[in-house]
Amino acid sequence: MAKAPAIIKKRSRNVGKLPFMGYRRENGRVGIRNHVIILPLDDLSNSAAEAVANNIKGTLALPHAYGRLQFGEDLALHFRTLIGTGCNANVAAVVVIGIEPGWTGRVVEGIAKTGKPVQGFAIEGNGDLKTIEKASRVAQQFVMWATEKQREQCTIEELWVSTKCGESDTTSGLASCPTVGNLIDKIDPMGATTCFGETSELTGAEKEMVKRAMDKKVADKFMTVFNAYQDMINRHKTSDLSESQPTKGNIAGGLTTIEEKAFGNFQKIGHKTKYVDVLGPAELPKKGAGLYFMDTSSAAAECVTLQAAAGFVVHLFPTGQGNVIGNPIEPVIKLTANPKTAREMPEHIDLDVSGILRREMDLDEAGDRLIDVMIRVCNGRYTCAEALGHREFVMTKLYPSA
Amino acid sequence: MATQFIVHDKKDTVGVIVVENVKAGAALEGWLMEGDGTVRLKALKPIPLGHKIALVDLKKGDTVIKYGHDIGKIVADAKKGDHVHVHNMKTKRW
Repeated sequence: MAKAPAIIKKRSRNVGKLPFMGYRRENGRVGIRNHVIILPLDDLSNSAAEAVANNIKGTLALPHAYGRLQFGEDLALHFRTLIGTGCNANVAAVVVIGIEPGWTGRVVEGIAKTGKPVQGFAIEGNGDLKTIEKASRVAQQFVMWATEKQREQCTIEELWVSTKCGESDTTSGLASCPTVGNLIDKIDPMGATTCFGETSELTGAEKEMVKRAMDKKVADKFMTVFNAYQDMINRHKTSDLSESQPTKGNIAGGLTTIEEKAFGNFQKIGHKTKYVDVLGPAELPKKGAGLYFMDTSSAAAECVTLQAAAGFVVHLFPTGQGNVIGNPIEPVIKLTANPKTAREMPEHIDLDVSGILRREMDLDEAGDRLIDVMIRVCNGRYTCAEALGHREFVMTKLYPSA
Repeated sequence: MATQFIVHDKKDTVGVIVVENVKAGAALEGWLMEGDGTVRLKALKPIPLGHKIALVDLKKGDTVIKYGHDIGKIVADAKKGDHVHVHNMKTKRW
């Protein structure tokens, strides 16, 4: 677990502009990692993508389950997620591999708008082996080019931070989510761009959510998205959502109802910060700096994958019972206030804030410690999830394929 | 005495146990976060870390208040000091 250095206490009431060392990309966006990714368009291309990543050290394949016979908004979301992942500033360069050239080219064109190196390869008419060879030769050039990139000084206004909690329990609502909220309230006035989501997990707290929108138009947009999600759940639910929302882990941790879970979740946006817009899944923020709500599922890997695809480069993840999630391109920083989780799963916990429950630490100090850990991760320190190789890349599917 | 349970809001009817191994009959001290107050209570049942304790007698049909808000309803009576969870409380939503 990261111990905050003594200096944090001294600067605790004035965190300044929070400089960090990041990678400034061709389009001006700032990343904190320097990945060269091998991105499959579809499930069929996973093998070739993984073979390329095996051939060329320092590259990363992002296998996933979808990309065939999708249509309408579900297909649009598939493209938005893949293109957004490639565009993320934590990615230096991209090799795209698809079964056929048409859709492969669409992903390449979308990523090329950032100005970063990207090249696509199609398997049909070539076979896996020729495709793997050609793609590997390009991937090698990309990774040798990318490894020469240098970090430079960047400021908090250039940092995009997302948050989502998982395997929450009552300690999440008492301390770890409020710690993230304290950080959001501190970095929002400094000009950071931040994002939270989990539409279903605001059930019961939706009236409070309406009050936190920056104006009525944004509040109405939230309620439209919220009601649509409720309708979907009501269409498919059986008697209730027992053991799924709240989850078995939530219930073991003492959370009884979705309303209780929602008020805990809601603590992540602090007390002062208002959200400036409501984004669709994987949608790029367009209103400048500020806090954004994104319409996402509450499943951890799905939500973080969508936030990374919208351009967020560092993630804050409060957990109660010990969700172990990571993301291949967006480092996930985990914090817990559950003393048992901190003790039993220390390799997964970047920051232990259980001291809040023992009244050894106040929220303001916890928020400052989280800022410190976040900046250190931005500077290059591996998160627990990165060190353990957690790379959950999960596409959101809106409905069955054709 | 160390804090053994925490209450978010003055209006709340349940608190959260924040230590391990709370046994039936244990005299507990709680921290009321709103206004930084202290609440004292006896546990009627063993209650695990993170689980809720009733701060008042709760009757079937009562609304449970936590964070100062409605978080569900009581479906089986719980006395002050009882463990409150899925066996006696349920969502009003799904």
